Amino acid sequence: MTNLTVEETFVRLDNVTLDYQHEGQVVRAVEDVSLTVRRGEFVVVAGPSGCGKTTLLKVLAGLVVPGRGSASVGNVQVRGPQKNVGMAFQNPILLPWRKVMDNVLLPMEVVTPHKERFRRHRAEYVAQAQELLASVGLSGFDDRHPWQISGGQQQRASLCRALIHNPEILLLDEPFGALDAFTREELWQVLQDLWMQRRFTVLLVTHDLREAVFLADTVYVMSTRPGRIVSRTVVDVPRPRTLEDTFSAQFTETYHEIRRQIGEVLGR
Amino acid sequence: MKRSNLLTEWLPPLVVIVAVFAIWEAGVALLRVPEFILPGPTAVWVALVKWREAIWFNASQTLYTTLVGFAMALVGGMGLGLAIGYSTLVYRALYPLLVAFNSVPKAAIVPVLVIWFGIGTIPAILTAFLISFFPIVVNVATGLATLEPELQDVLRSLGASKRVIFLKVGIPRSLPYFFASLKVSVTLAFVGAVISETVAANKGIGYLMIAASSRFEVPLVFAGLIVVAAMGVALFAFFAVIEHRLTSWAYRGPALTV
Repeated sequence: MTNLTVEETFVRLDNVTLDYQHEGQVVRAVEDVSLTVRRGEFVVVAGPSGCGKTTLLKVLAGLVVPGRGSASVGNVQVRGPQKNVGMAFQNPILLPWRKVMDNVLLPMEVVTPHKERFRRHRAEYVAQAQELLASVGLSGFDDRHPWQISGGQQQRASLCRALIHNPEILLLDEPFGALDAFTREELWQVLQDLWMQRRFTVLLVTHDLREAVFLADTVYVMSTRPGRIVSRTVVDVPRPRTLEDTFSAQFTETYHEIRRQIGEVLGR
Repeated sequence: MKRSNLLTEWLPPLVVIVAVFAIWEAGVALLRVPEFILPGPTAVWVALVKWREAIWFNASQTLYTTLVGFAMALVGGMGLGLAIGYSTLVYRALYPLLVAFNSVPKAAIVPVLVIWFGIGTIPAILTAFLISFFPIVVNVATGLATLEPELQDVLRSLGASKRVIFLKVGIPRSLPYFFASLKVSVTLAFVGAVISETVAANKGIGYLMIAASSRFEVPLVFAGLIVVAAMGVALFAFFAVIEHRLTSWAYRGPALTV
């Protein structure tokens, strides 16, 4: 299904356990999580809310350090914030004082080597951003402020911001969770198109199983807190997947299989 | 559109002000209140015109001390607010002292300032500074403290340093708070300057009122009060407009207040 012939492990979590303090109590967010992601693979981590999915992304981004175990990207252990990572969250969290274009360009002002060239080569970067905005259907909106566009458009801009510096890894934390069903499904396709063109590695967490099956090469199911990986399912539905495919026998079969695994996790 | 704006925005306060003056004038006339207790608006207006040169001279002195003190508070308040917002250590170390300092009535400090600097301009400037400093510090620090963690995560995940996050997100995010504090702060600075002038000065609108009241020139005292109020409104309005211009992104809905 992917045209990669080398099964190269790119991202790796080894027995990651992480606790955090909450009002004086120690809460275990994730326990003994191991998973591997190939370069260019689209991995979805699905699970009930509050199962520590977000924590996994933060570990990979280098925002939190696991208590036990380790994370590595391209055989280098993650010890701090990574610059080859793009992130998007459930809330678009664009900066309200910046126009869409300037929001998308924000990583260029921060990440090396772009930040050193940003001022002198601004036009070049603007052109890149415009191309990216066009590919998510946001042409002509670069001059608007975030509050002047809809929630779906804000999320598109947020995706562009996550991708503008061509990160090797895209970490998505329920990015479509707050959108209406139509916009959500449209953005699945937008994301799939972007991924098929650019072939970055994606780790997306969600509790929407249709979303998981639609987008993923591999779906990992996590248990309730403390989060553990309970199963791994390879989705063989050919790409590009369309919304019509979500009604195919193969799709629904995979969906039901994962749904059953989640049901076991929840004890129902 | 323009016409209805004029009607809904300017007419209500105008009606209220005119009504207050009318009731005041009628009350004073009907109850025969002597002028040395409470002069009517017309008497105040007469005093205002009669003493216009003295009023202008003293009002400009007060405006000068207010603005110098306020400028000091602006620079110092912004600086300290940013420092407190940036560093938890600075916050912990300074905040209790700042609150304690702010709780001291500034009128009580004026005599001390007079001992140090003598009667005149400097105590007025310093009082204006001291009284208007605190709201700016607190607002700027609040703007920084209420930064969304996700916003920081976006930048941290790109490898941004604390300094970069502060520059790209922290400072712009705190600007609406900063400008909101200015309009409050400038009226406080004005109050501070007038207080100091009433205690120890030889010019300024506060001095003028004290001098007038000691001579039972009550209409002139009220003329002074009116000038003080008008200047306060003008300063407030000026900074409200600046605030709106510079941080329009923070005011996208129909405003609840200006």
